[in-house]
Amino acid sequence: MNALGLIFSNIHDDSLPELTGVRTVASIPFCGRYRLIDFVLSNMVNSGVSRVGVITKRNFRSLMDHVGSGKEWDLARKNGGLILLPPFGEKDSTSLYGTRLEALKTVLGFIERQKEEYVVMCDSNSAYVQDFNEILSFHIEKGADVTMMYLSRNEKALRDNSVVFNMDDDNRVTDIQVDPKKKGNHKVYADVLVLKRTTLIALVNDAISRGKRHFINDLLMGNLKRIKIYGFEHKGYFEEISSLNKFYQIHMDLLDPKVRDSLFGVWEIYTKIKDSAPTKYGANAIVSNSLISDGCEIDGEVHNSVLFRGVKVARGAVLRNCIVMQDCIIGENATLKSIIADKRVVVKDRRELSGCETFPIYVPKDSII
Amino acid sequence: MAMKKECVAMLLAGGQGSRLYALTTKIAKPAVTFGGKYRIIDFPLSNCVNSGIDTVGVLTQYQPLILNEYVGNGQPWDLDRSFGGVHILSPYQAKGGSDWFKGTANAIYQNLHFIKRYNPEYVLILSGDHIYRMDYSEMIEKHKKMNADCTIATINVPLEDASRFGILNTNPDGTVYEFEEKPKNPKSTLASMGIYVFSAEKLYKYLEQDAKDKSSSNDFGKDVLPKMLAGGEKMCAFEFSGYWKDVGTINSLFDANMDLLGDKPQFDFAKVEWKIHSRNPIAPPHYIGKTGKVNNSIIALGCEIQGQVSDSVLSYNVKVGKGAIIKNSIIFSNVEIGEGAVIDHAIIDEEVVIGKNAKVGENVKDNKIAVVGREYVLGDGEVIQAGQIVEK
Repeated sequence: MNALGLIFSNIHDDSLPELTGVRTVASIPFCGRYRLIDFVLSNMVNSGVSRVGVITKRNFRSLMDHVGSGKEWDLARKNGGLILLPPFGEKDSTSLYGTRLEALKTVLGFIERQKEEYVVMCDSNSAYVQDFNEILSFHIEKGADVTMMYLSRNEKALRDNSVVFNMDDDNRVTDIQVDPKKKGNHKVYADVLVLKRTTLIALVNDAISRGKRHFINDLLMGNLKRIKIYGFEHKGYFEEISSLNKFYQIHMDLLDPKVRDSLFGVWEIYTKIKDSAPTKYGANAIVSNSLISDGCEIDGEVHNSVLFRGVKVARGAVLRNCIVMQDCIIGENATLKSIIADKRVVVKDRRELSGCETFPIYVPKDSII
Repeated sequence: MAMKKECVAMLLAGGQGSRLYALTTKIAKPAVTFGGKYRIIDFPLSNCVNSGIDTVGVLTQYQPLILNEYVGNGQPWDLDRSFGGVHILSPYQAKGGSDWFKGTANAIYQNLHFIKRYNPEYVLILSGDHIYRMDYSEMIEKHKKMNADCTIATINVPLEDASRFGILNTNPDGTVYEFEEKPKNPKSTLASMGIYVFSAEKLYKYLEQDAKDKSSSNDFGKDVLPKMLAGGEKMCAFEFSGYWKDVGTINSLFDANMDLLGDKPQFDFAKVEWKIHSRNPIAPPHYIGKTGKVNNSIIALGCEIQGQVSDSVLSYNVKVGKGAIIKNSIIFSNVEIGEGAVIDHAIIDEEVVIGKNAKVGENVKDNKIAVVGREYVLGDGEVIQAGQIVEK
């Protein structure tokens, strides 16, 4: 695929303040051993994109640690590969970029120097599988200037700032709105966009020269007549991690083998390798309907839960409907219900903590209970 | 000054492993699966890296395809180096003719040019069929301190087993005065682990001598070590007291896997400070289903378990159907086990399919282990008796 990949790693940080206090959206831990960026990176690699720029802004140490040289995604290359694009403060600027358009402006030099004909521009706040070649073929077939991937969702699935659009019979976008507060079925923009690299450069330069600030609102919305924007529908698994509740719900849904298969059964999802030993179950373990990653030691009860790497569950401990991240330690006879425990949380013996399925309790990184 | 390495390790990985029967029909013994996600060769390779040795020659000969592919450029063990790193050394054709590796010593002799490229002070000889965790740098330190020409790692074995090993008879200061290969009446219980440190120049000298000797079987234990002693070279024993297991037979491979289980396992492979590195599969976390039950077992990534698993080791991507029972067994990767199947005291090799209600290890007694070879398909309801070995 003759396309450059561009990934925004910070854009949606504000929607999950709990999980992004110490990391970017892109590096939110997901489903036992992944981070959110793994999905978009794997989509790119599996689609044949071999040069990927990751645009960062702040708190990106965990992201750098995760992607490293890019070798796990086969992106440690002499020619192309993974390039982290740290914020670029210009001489006259007093703060880092605030909007997507400003972010693009700071990396314009990088984009100009590449030689790929197209650009696939993605956010990293969603878990999904998409062959970007399908979007590119559609884009070429329609003779589009810009192709936006969308999902069909009803109004309940919308969040604040959801971008929705209307299309004509040929799938050309005729109207773009932000969170129109209307009932019914919507075509919701999924933050994946394909266009020619030269088109992107021209659009960004044009918008800057007119003092515009926002990519969607100013640049696309205001140019619907001048540029041909088309909508491409994504039909497979697509979940946006838009809030802590959503994060929890998505994990509970992934316990269903059918749902899991639609995310993991299509093609390989690559992630950082840690060489953990396989998980060990003790003689007293009782585990059902749970996803368990490598390196765990389980001698207690675990039900309807997702355990990340290196979690220890001592004898007599009971976990129900929990998400427990890397290297947490759950002491003897402790009881946890509907808890999201961030990395390295220690729950001492006999402690009890209970959330509710519609309102899970979040325990911050490194807490000791 | 030319670049050099203090120590080069040579890993003997060419053995056929005929006593593993069906498990080594298609692959070399060091590539056999162990402990859920490892292959046997991960242990010596990880030991090398963790001991600070970054130059390793892997000598292959028998069915090297999977082993070569597995070792690859050495990146999983951090052995992809621009000077040093891991190198696969296979028999080759030269101007004077071509030769298979005849004995362990001959294999090293044919690759002396590889060792000499790094101009090392010491050469470490390892074998690819042992499960253990050992800091080779301590052994090299001892070798230096004793000013030895050859140091042999030893382990204490029960007297009744001693005649299966190479036995070292030592002086009180740890120097060796006699080396007996598989003696009928052993005089000591210090068994050679097949791990040697040689001072490089001495190794070159004795290997070249050995190569000229037409009557030699070109083996370290039988020929080279006795000749070194006879030549008056200083040989020392390095006593090792940790876990060490030769996994050359079905039963020892089975036992070594079982040694990983339990509250206080005999061999704890999860030590963070001495990680065993391996080439990782790309798979999601494993899933224990609503009808699944797992006790005292090791489960790797990508498994989907709807049946019961106890006292077993499951490698990655194993699917266990509803109502299936797996006990006291070792299942290698990518195996499918049908609903209602029962597996007891068995080793199931990679890519095997076990049909619904099939039985492996019927009428178990005397710990006889059934073995199902790679890619075997066992039909619904079919039965494999305890201790039976089947292959495709």
